[in-house]
Amino acid sequence: MNFSEVFKQSNQLCKVSPDGKYLATCVQYRLVVRDVNTLQILQLYTCLDQVASMEWSSDSLFILCAMYKRGLVQVWSLEQPDWHCKIDEGSIGLVSSRWSPDGRHILNTTEFHLRVTVWSLCNKSVSYIKYPKACQKGMDFSADGRYMALAERRDCKDYISVFVCDDWHLLRHFETDTQDLAGVEWSPNGCVLAAWDSCLEYKMLLYSLDGRLLSTYSAYEWSLGIKSVAWSPSSQFLAIGSYDEKVRILNHITWKKLTEFEHHPTITNSKAVASHRCLVSDEIPPLPVQVPVVKPDPDRANPKIGISAIAFSVDNRYLATKNDCMPQSVWVWDMQRLGPTAVLEQTAPVRFFAWDPRRPRLALCTGNTKLYLWSPAGCVSVKVPVEGKRQHLAYS
Amino acid sequence: MPESSFEDINNIYVSSTMPPSRQYSQSTIPLLPFRHYIGNTEFCTENNTSECMLYISQELLALGFPSIFFDLNGLRELDVISALNSMYGLLQMHRRAVGMLAELEVEQLRVSSDLHCQQLTNSKLKDQLELSKKENLRLCERERQLEANTKALHHCLKNEKEEVQKLQNVIASRASQYNHNLKRKEREFGKLKERLNQLLTDKKDKKQGMDVLNYVGRSDGKRSQWKTGKTDSRHESDMYKALLNEFDKHQRELMIENAELKKVLQQIKQEMVGILSPKRQSGETQKEEKPKEFTDQQIASDEEEENSFKGTSEMSCEHAREQLSNSIRQQWRKLKDHMANLDNKGILKHESPPASLVHLGQGINEEMISKEVHQEEMERLKLEIQQCKDFIHTQQQLLQQQLSTPWDEETAAVLTDCYMLEEKERLKEEWKTFEEQKKNFEMERRTFTEAAIRLGHERKMFEEDRATWLKHQFLNMTFTDQMNLKTQNTLSEYAVQEQKHISSPKTPL
Repeated sequence: MNFSEVFKQSNQLCKVSPDGKYLATCVQYRLVVRDVNTLQILQLYTCLDQVASMEWSSDSLFILCAMYKRGLVQVWSLEQPDWHCKIDEGSIGLVSSRWSPDGRHILNTTEFHLRVTVWSLCNKSVSYIKYPKACQKGMDFSADGRYMALAERRDCKDYISVFVCDDWHLLRHFETDTQDLAGVEWSPNGCVLAAWDSCLEYKMLLYSLDGRLLSTYSAYEWSLGIKSVAWSPSSQFLAIGSYDEKVRILNHITWKKLTEFEHHPTITNSKAVASHRCLVSDEIPPLPVQVPVVKPDPDRANPKIGISAIAFSVDNRYLATKNDCMPQSVWVWDMQRLGPTAVLEQTAPVRFFAWDPRRPRLALCTGNTKLYLWSPAGCVSVKVPVEGKRQHLAYS
Repeated sequence: MPESSFEDINNIYVSSTMPPSRQYSQSTIPLLPFRHYIGNTEFCTENNTSECMLYISQELLALGFPSIFFDLNGLRELDVISALNSMYGLLQMHRRAVGMLAELEVEQLRVSSDLHCQQLTNSKLKDQLELSKKENLRLCERERQLEANTKALHHCLKNEKEEVQKLQNVIASRASQYNHNLKRKEREFGKLKERLNQLLTDKKDKKQGMDVLNYVGRSDGKRSQWKTGKTDSRHESDMYKALLNEFDKHQRELMIENAELKKVLQQIKQEMVGILSPKRQSGETQKEEKPKEFTDQQIASDEEEENSFKGTSEMSCEHAREQLSNSIRQQWRKLKDHMANLDNKGILKHESPPASLVHLGQGINEEMISKEVHQEEMERLKLEIQQCKDFIHTQQQLLQQQLSTPWDEETAAVLTDCYMLEEKERLKEEWKTFEEQKKNFEMERRTFTEAAIRLGHERKMFEEDRATWLKHQFLNMTFTDQMNLKTQNTLSEYAVQEQKHISSPKTPL
């Protein structure tokens, strides 16, 4: 693996364009666009204030720079460097800003989640969407970019609105049977919408594209519920990670639980263990292996317990999970055998992990200068020559 | 006359001294029949008065009364006074006796009534004891039950406590979560209020707006359309189309899967039929007539099914599906029965006489051996394996012993010694021979050096002689030349001899 020289970047704003040709980084109030292969600076833009968030449009032609304190969004064009666009939200403030899937509309969420303003770069139209919900994942676009699901709350009731991204036409609007809707997510085939309740109640609702309720799933009552959700790329499985340290897999035919994966602190399965304790050699420790557990503080809200991150591999074969009680371990499960295939134990808490978009390879970082890669064939750790800590990974 | 007076007196005494308690003593010891003696005149008659008197006096004497006779010159005359006194004494005695008897009777009655009372109380007490024992048992039983109850209740209480604890934990976590949310919302609310205040007081209102150089085209290049009812319906239709496509895809996949599974089932069925039919058709015992027919029928029906199935393979109607699954179930059951039969046959073959073998011999495969033989074989093989394992184990142990260092140092030393002993012996011998050879060499060297020294001396002497002789010759050369020749010859011979002499001691070396 080759590494380029180190580039300065602030706020972890460093993104490769969707077509893989350009690399954009933000340094304070400057936006630098480089060529991915030669790393030559192609464009340099200057924004009005320190950039809080940066995003490429889906066709790699525009870059959005949002400055939340000033309530400004500036859009830059790669083809025409002279082209400029500035969106000022005024006194209403700005909390988040994102592109729509077609790359021609910008959705700004105002302060206090008063409304979502949809600005169009094609024409003068502006759309307003009232009462969006401030929750873990209130807005999601379907994979093909045609529909958007938005969680709303009116009169102490939760609703979901489905919009057509073409012209922001409200397609469906229905109430959900939740106490406090926490998130929505489309399945990769775009036909099923998963909506889940906040952690105070374990409830997963599955709606069809036309708003019909397909199924409800609730594993247990009263204890803290759902923490993380992930669809498999083929839409066959829905993985739900909860505060009871288990991952439950639902199947797409009956929407009933297929199996549940338990993160047991003692591992006795001989196939499952790979350890990164030693930096140089990979030792296989003798069974049974004890995974280090960190007991959470029971009095605090949002306790550090439960499955906080789930991700499926691209070929649908593997599922990577992280249990907050065992912050140094990442568990990899085999979906064909429906059992654990590896437990990757690091010397420090794992900050982030991501699957390779083309092959079943998992990369994880723990905040030190190393990058760890796991694949079914074996593990590799790569030293990254950077100062400071690694917090975030992104595959192009 | 005396008798009647006797009677009268007796009557009086008897009637006066009749104890009133006589009526109670009917059941007890019969009293002396005092009355009966009254009027009994058979004792004394006119004839035997003297004997009677004698007898009575003897009796009285025996009782301690003075004699009733006084002796008048050989004739015993009845002394009336003493007789009357004796009678009086007797009557007193009698009275006393009767009194004592009455007392005793009273005593006896009292005692008997006491006894009766005691018995009654005893029986009552026994009954009471029984009752109280039963009561005790009952109470014990009740106590046991209550203890069991309390244990169960304790258990329930523990469970309930645990559950309560769990629920309390849940409540606590929920409460903390609620508090957290509440605080967050309040903070946001506070910010909102501040902003609202700021907006109300703030005069210059920053306008919201977009400033763009020029509008760009849509990503797909099309022109944007007006929002009309047509677009709405188009959106709806697009959505339904997407859903329908998904359903179609799903259904197609399921159909393919279904077809594959059906194919697999058909294959299994055919294979099962194949396995079952040749076995069945070979002659079997009495039971097999029916199943034979059955299998023929079944095979026929299967064939029919297959034919019909080929026609309907595309249509997945309920009927065909049920038929298929039923037929497979039946075949499977038959296969199971057949396997069970084979097992039994295996036993039968071993047990029953050749009569059945004649029947079975044709049908059964030659490769099939009876269960018993098979088991024996297995046992034998297992035993063999065990023996081999033991053997290997012992060998391993011995090897271990050989290789490992023993605990005792002496034995170690001895062991190592006895291995080395042979070598030592050999080495010793070799050493000996070596030493001998060394000595020989030393000796020979010494002789050689001595010889060399001697030779040196002799050579020196010879050289001196030679020198003197040559000097002598030189001095004598003037005398004769002939003498020179001779002496030269002799000199050369002498030189040769000397040479020989010098070279000779070398040879033994």
